[in-house]
Formats: sequence, structure tokens, C-alpha cells
Amino acid sequence: MSLSLIALTPFLGAGFVAVIAQLGRLHAAWGAGLVALIALLFLLPHTADAFSGKVLVHSIPWMPMLGMDFAFRLDGLGLLFTLLILCIGLLIILYARYYLSDRDDMGRFYAYLLMFMGSMLGIATSENIIQLLIFWELTSLSSFLLISYWQTRHESRSGARMALAVTGGGGLALLGGFLLLGQIVGSYNLTDILASGDLIRSHDLYLPMLILVLLGAFTKSAQFPFHFWLPNAMAAPTPVSAYLHSATMVKAGVFLLARLFPALSGTSAWFWLVCFTGLVTLVVAAYIAMFKHDLKGLLAYSTISHLGLITLLFGIGTPMAALAGVFHIINHAIFKASLFMAAGIIHHETGTRDMRILKGLWKYMPHTALLAMVAAASMAGVPLFNGFLSKEMFFAETLFVINLPWGWLLPAAATLAGIFAVAYSLRFIHNVFFDGEPTELPKQPHEPPRFMKVPVEILVGLCLLVGIFPAFTVEPILAVAASSVLQGPVPEHDLAIWHGFNTALFMSITALAGGVILYLIRKPLFTLQERLERLFDFKALYEFLLEKLLAFASAVTHFLNTHSLQRMLFIFMLFVIALGIFGATATDHDYDLTGERGILPVDGVSLLVAAVLVAAAIATVVMHRQRLISLVLLGAVGLVVSLIFVKFSAPDLALTQLSVEVVTIVLMLLALYFLPQQSPDESGKWLRSRDALIATTAGGGAALLAWAVLTRPYESIAGYFLENSLPEGGGTNVVNVILVDFRGYDTLGEITVLALAGLGIYALLEHLKIAGASHDSEGRAWDEDLHPTIMASFARLLLPLALLVSMFILLRGHNLPGGGFIAGLVTAVALVMQYLANGVIWTQQRLPINMHKVTGYGLMIATCTGLASWIFGHPFLTSTHSHIHWPVIGEFELASAMAFDLGVYLVVVGATLLILVYLGLVHHQSHQMKPRKRIR
Amino acid sequence: MELLVSIIIGVLTACGVYLSLRGRTFPVVLGLTFLSYAVNLFLLVMGRLTIGNPPIINDNAANYADPLPQALVLTAIVISFGMTAFVIILSLKAFLEMGNDQVDGKHRP
Repeated sequence: MSLSLIALTPFLGAGFVAVIAQLGRLHAAWGAGLVALIALLFLLPHTADAFSGKVLVHSIPWMPMLGMDFAFRLDGLGLLFTLLILCIGLLIILYARYYLSDRDDMGRFYAYLLMFMGSMLGIATSENIIQLLIFWELTSLSSFLLISYWQTRHESRSGARMALAVTGGGGLALLGGFLLLGQIVGSYNLTDILASGDLIRSHDLYLPMLILVLLGAFTKSAQFPFHFWLPNAMAAPTPVSAYLHSATMVKAGVFLLARLFPALSGTSAWFWLVCFTGLVTLVVAAYIAMFKHDLKGLLAYSTISHLGLITLLFGIGTPMAALAGVFHIINHAIFKASLFMAAGIIHHETGTRDMRILKGLWKYMPHTALLAMVAAASMAGVPLFNGFLSKEMFFAETLFVINLPWGWLLPAAATLAGIFAVAYSLRFIHNVFFDGEPTELPKQPHEPPRFMKVPVEILVGLCLLVGIFPAFTVEPILAVAASSVLQGPVPEHDLAIWHGFNTALFMSITALAGGVILYLIRKPLFTLQERLERLFDFKALYEFLLEKLLAFASAVTHFLNTHSLQRMLFIFMLFVIALGIFGATATDHDYDLTGERGILPVDGVSLLVAAVLVAAAIATVVMHRQRLISLVLLGAVGLVVSLIFVKFSAPDLALTQLSVEVVTIVLMLLALYFLPQQSPDESGKWLRSRDALIATTAGGGAALLAWAVLTRPYESIAGYFLENSLPEGGGTNVVNVILVDFRGYDTLGEITVLALAGLGIYALLEHLKIAGASHDSEGRAWDEDLHPTIMASFARLLLPLALLVSMFILLRGHNLPGGGFIAGLVTAVALVMQYLANGVIWTQQRLPINMHKVTGYGLMIATCTGLASWIFGHPFLTSTHSHIHWPVIGEFELASAMAFDLGVYLVVVGATLLILVYLGLVHHQSHQMKPRKRIR
Repeated sequence: MELLVSIIIGVLTACGVYLSLRGRTFPVVLGLTFLSYAVNLFLLVMGRLTIGNPPIINDNAANYADPLPQALVLTAIVISFGMTAFVIILSLKAFLEMGNDQVDGKHRP
């Protein structure tokens, strides 16, 4: 169980931290640290097992029909990554507490950071690859939030957007790749996938699947040509960069390569694609890094280059190369995190990251300088530091292809990249800490707060420990991680500093010497590079493509959208009619319009009522320019519709329609007060006849369709509901039982929509101040007596009665016509009557209820009723019931669905009143403002 | 009776379509209300016409009206109220911001 909690804890913690941040700035930092520690505690009981080489899998059924489980896995590789993510995460949390300034919102920062941490842990511990992909996309989203943390800065927003576009696009490709992979293997579980390497490699879909998966990994790990998002993500606060670049985010891509290594590697396609991408990235990024004037920019390109190195190692594909890849993942995480933190300290204490301004800081911050020097030496691959060990392993592995034609190119390119790496590491140190006196610094530099350096010290200490005593420090975790990457025995390896005079050592020495020389003669190279830079600007290409895409999208929109509702609706109606005519005529068979079902006889009353309805409807249309009259007529139509419901055995509908009608008409009347009282005569004769033609065609079509259906027999699934309503749902009113029980989930969705509509209207009306008209449309002044006494008194008298009726309707709803919807509407009507008769202010003073809360509680009760069935091991919203005998009311079925119906009731009351009361308030204010001129 | 219901549905649809093609917001809202009457009625009678047999279980009833369309229509009525309310408030807001109640949202010249 605690396996799944490792990844889920930070997500829960994010909410916790956001809440406690309101208590004080530092609470957020402490809280975040606590959350990371708890996640680490959940990991602890499993470490021993994972270290011994066991694969722990914990799955919770998710969609058993699709063979999908919510499954977590912990093996050597997963353990390595969880440890890196959590431990470096803890150091970042400590560091960020000093880095963020008073103006930054700590709660938001730590909440995002924890969300990100949880997503990364999810990637590292997922057993199901679809679940892995979900966490993968979550890292894209949460890193978007982190990069754009300083939302007011333009470069933060654009950098975050670019990162999201590139990694999100890669995520889509990865989804495709994973689906293909699942198709090939027949399972989405890693255990099955890792065991079916041969099947995968020989499958026809191998190549497309591989390309899609690699696209995902390469975009995430910023491999060439998708590398450009990473330098632009430097707009993030430095703790974020340190985290993203060391243990997380960009490491997710190489993690995926390592994870799927046994399943996908070992083909020439894998070798060429992965090796070539890795090699190009390694060399090009190392070259560019030398010329970056921004401290973080230099480190960003160096990250890209090191990721290229790791990718290249996995591409080479020998067991030893994979081991070296894992080793370099560890080493790079350690020294890169410390370097970023050091760069952050320098920026924090000097106010700049520009290496053309930074100089001679050795005098002012010797302690920081020392730490940075160790980390940079490790990055350069100097002996006795951890970077040297994995780099030398890398050099040795590049010799693997030496016997192929042009095989010497790989070691040569590796050495070249090594030279660049030494040069940029040297520049990072010499340029910043020496090279003269700092004169143009924005701030007087000094050492940072004591504890800001602690995380850097810990990491730098690790650089040395791993570098000098590799066998005692890193060997156990490296061996177990490598064995889970290889899914087999780890090759013989010797983590020693001295391996004798061999080619790899010679390459290391060449890189060191070459790098120093290159740094010394850098001046002419800088001039050359400035010219070259304009040629290879991938950011500009990205922006160009993005601009084209947006232009295309807006062209399509302009083509389809005429910016006129009237015209669009016209086209829409025409199209629907055309579809109807096409559907009716395009069949070969001859169908009779009239079916063989028996027809019910017409009685006089029905005929009369129908005549009233038709007359009222047509009158509404004819009089529609006189808005008040048309509204009254519309009300008549609605009332007749509810009579039709009564006639055709639908008492629930009739009650609903009746009460909705009242509320709708009141609402429209309120709105009409502010709107023009008449519509101008705008449509010409031609336009009117055109619309009339469309309307009659549409109406005729609807009538014919209704006739054709009504005269045909049909088969219904109603039998099921009628039979099971009483035994299963415990109610005799089948309509209500369907609503609250059989189809309760639909109803939950519907009341949510209603609540949202209420909130939306509230948002539209909030702070709205309108002056109402002082006269009606015919120039008569409004009556001074806004709330006539007789009406007000009667309304007050009626209120208890009306509420009693609504309660009665609510309670009996399960067995007789009624229920939450109708009772809610009746209550709303009863209260609205008070507002109308007595005024909004009078009523609000006596009924100080916050309708937002009523709506919210309603939704909560409905949802909790559904959730309660989980406690008893039943699916969401399973209903249960029993009998009780109530005095006066009589025999009574008490079903859990009643609680659900109560939720429905509250939402309907809350949302309806929310809408009407706020409009009423606007109304009330309008009477106290100066009248304005009428607008036609 | 079937013919009568079909005609009613047809008339309601025709009125709804005509009004929703008008150029001012208020008639369009009325038109949408008409259309929702028509659709609700249409949905209800998909369970065919039954007189005097509401779907409430009792021992004496021989057959019942189809409860399923009724349940669908009941929520549809409430939802269309929510929609109508939203549209009317939206048109009110548009009127206040633009100074006219044109459906095409043309700004004051």
C-alpha cells in the first residue's frame, strides 16, 4: 500500500502546503519539507527489498475490463530515481526557503514544487505505462506552473509556454508509442513489456512505435533538435532550474530510455537513432555552452550536452554502456544541482548572472567559490571527482565501435565534446571568481546566509566521496539500478580511479589539456560564434512555426465564422433542414409516413387546449416586438405545455414545468425591465418571409417526424425500470427512482450544471450597477408604491404553507409525483414571491442565507451519498432502502436515495435563488440611482 | 390525438425557429424557450401517448406510461431553465456593455 503513497503523498501535500502557507511564509517551507520526508518514510520499508534485487509491484484495480490497473512498481532503477528525486528535492526545499524573496508567494511555490515532485515520483514508480504517461504529462503541466512562477515577467510566460508546447507535443507522441507498444505486447504492464523484448523487436510496428517513444523521450530530455526549450526555461526561479535539470524533468526522458532499454534496444534502428541524436546533442550543446554569457544559460546547455552523453551511452547499447549511463545519471544529478544552486547564490548576492559583468568574486565569497570549483571540476571530468569516473567509462565505451568503418568518429567526437566541457567549466570558474575586479555589479557581493550553502555543501561532499571512494558509496545502488535496467546480471566493472594507461585515460588527458588551451584562445572563437549564432536559431524557427500555426488557425476561424449569430443560425437551420430532406429522400425503400400503431381518439377538451396553445404560440411570434405582451403569451404557452404533460400521464413533468414556468417568467420580467421594451422593426419583408419559410419547413419536418414515430409500435427498456423500481429502488414513483437511483450519476451531472449556471450568472451580475428607466415604454411613471401592502401581507401568509407543500412534495417524491427537483422549484417560487412582494432588502434581512453555500452543500450531500456506497464496497451511488412508519405521513420508504434527493433539492433552491436574488438586487439598486435616458 | 400532438410540436418548433432567427436578443431567448418546449414534448412522446396511466407502481394498474423519457425530460426542463437564465443574463450584460441588444454584438457606432 505504501508503495502507491510514495507518489501520491506530494500531491496531497501540495494542498496541505497551500493551506498552511496562509499562516506564515515559512510554514510553507517547513510543510513542504515534512511532506517530502513523509514520502521518504513510505519508501523506507521497501528499500531493503529493492536493494536485494526484488521487484515490488502493488496494484489497485482501476479499469479491470480493459486490463488496466493503477499499479506501482519499485525496482532498482525506480529506487535510484525515487531517492534522487526525494533527496535532492529536500535540499531544493531548504535552498528555496532562502532564495525566494519576501515578495514571492511561498505557498504557491512549494505547492507547485510538490506537485512536480509527485509527478516525477509517479513516473519513477509506475508499473502501468498508461499511468506512467499520465504522470509524464503531469510533469509537463506542473513544470509549466513552476517555470512561469514569476507570472508577471514576459520571458517566464513565454519560456513556460514553449516548454509545455515541446514536452506536451512529445507527450502526445509518447501516448501513440505506448498504445502501439500495448498493442504489440497485449499488456500495458511493464513486467510483461520488459519480458517480451524479442516479440517487440520482431514486430512490424516496432519502428513506428520506437520513433514515437523516442520523440517523447527526446523532447523531455531536451535532445537536439528539441533542445531549445530548456535554455528558455531558465526564466524559472533558480531552485526550480536546479531541480528540473538535475534529478527530474529532463531526466525523465533518459529514465524512459533506461526503463524500456531491455524491451526496445538491441536493433540497428535503436542504435542509429539514439546514438546519432545523443552524439549531435552532446557535441553541439557543449560547443554552444562555451559561448553563453548567462551563468544559467551556460549550465543549461551543459545539461543538454550531458543528457546527450547519457542518451548516447544508452544508444551504444552494450551492458557496460548502460551501466555507465546509469552512473552518469547519478553523477550529473549531484554536480548539476550543486552548480545551479551556486549560480543562484551568485545571482542572489550580486544581482546579475551576466559573465561579462561578473568578475573576481573569490575575494567576496571564497566559500561559495570553493564549492562551485569542486562541482565544476566534477562537470569537467577532473580525476578525484565523481564526473571523472563516469566520463572515463563513457570514453571507454565509445571505443566499442572503433572497428566499424568511420568508427573512429565516435571517440573523436566524444573527446571533442570533452574538450568543450573542460573549456566551459573553466570559464564558469575563472570568469566568475577571478579575471580581475568586479566593478559594475548591481550589488555589493557577500556570502549568502549560512543555511543556503548547506544543500550545496552536502552535494559537493557527495561529489568528492563518490569520486574518491566509489566502491564504498555508489556501488550498491548503481549495481541494483543497472541490473534492473538490463533485466539481467550486471557486467564486471571496477569503479576505480586508476585503470592503468589505456585509451580512455589518454582521451581524458586530451580533453583536459585541450580544454585549457581552448579556453586560453577563446577570444577569436567568440567573434566567430556571434556570426554563427544567427544561422542556427531554433527558438526563432519555433516562433516562426508557432506564428504560422496561429495564423492558419485564425484563417480557418475567419473562414468558418461569419461573426454574426443571425447569419450563423440561418446557415445552421438551413443545413439541418437539408439534412432532414436528404435523410427522408435518399433511401431506396418506400416507407409509409403513417405506421400501423392504433390511434387514440381526440376529445373536445384536448382540441380546445391545443387550439389555445397554437393560438398563443402564433400570437407570441406575431406580437414579438411588443416584448411584454409576447412574454405574457409565452407564459400561456408554457402553462398549456404542462397541461399536455398532465394529459399524457406525466404528473412529475407537469409539476416541474409549472414551477419552472413561474421562475422563468419572473426572471425574464426582471431582465426586461432593463432591456428595451420593444424590438425595432429591422427585418425587411423579404427577410421575414425567408425566415418564415425556414420556420414552417422546420416545423413541418418536426411534425411529420413526430407523426411517423407516434404511429409506429416500439420496444422500450421501460420494463426493467418498472419491474425493479420497487424491489431495487424502494420507491413506486418510477420517474423519481430513475432520477435518484438508476440514473443517479446523470442527475449528479445535471445538478452540477445547474449550480455552474447559477455561479456563472452570479459572476456576470456581481458589481453590476445599472440605472433603471424612470418611465415605462409609453412614458408613464412607475408607481411609487413598489410593494403594495395587501400583496405583501398575503405573500407572507402564504410562505409557511408553500414551504410545507414543498416539504411534502420532497418527502413523498420517491413514491408519488414530486421529488427534489419539483420541491426545490416550489420552495424557490415561494421565496421568490417574498422577494417580489416585500422587496429584496426586506426579505434578505429575514432570510440571511448565502445561496452559494446552499448550492455547495447540496452538491456535497449528493456526492457524499454517492461516496458513502464505497464504504460498503458498492459502486458509486448504489442505493439502499428500508421501511419506517412515520406518524401522520404513514408508511414510508426510507431510501439512501432520499439523501441524494435532498442534495438535488438544495442545489435547485440555491441556484434558482442565486440567479433571481442577484438580479433582484441589481433591480433594487437601480431604483436608488438617477434614472437614465431610454436606450432603444 | 397523435395528429394533434404532432401539429403542436410542429407549431412550437416553427415559432422557435422563426424567433431565434431574429436580430435582437430578447426574441432569440423567447425562441430558445419555444424550442425547448418543442424538444421536451418531442422527447416525452417518444414513449408514445398514454392517457391516465402515470408510471407510479400500484396493484390495480394494467400498464404504465414509459418512465424513461419522463425522467430525461424532467432534468431537461430544469437544465433548459438554467440555460435560459444564463442566456437572458448574458444578453442583459451585452446590452449594458454595448448599448444595444443586437445579437451580433455590434458595438455602439
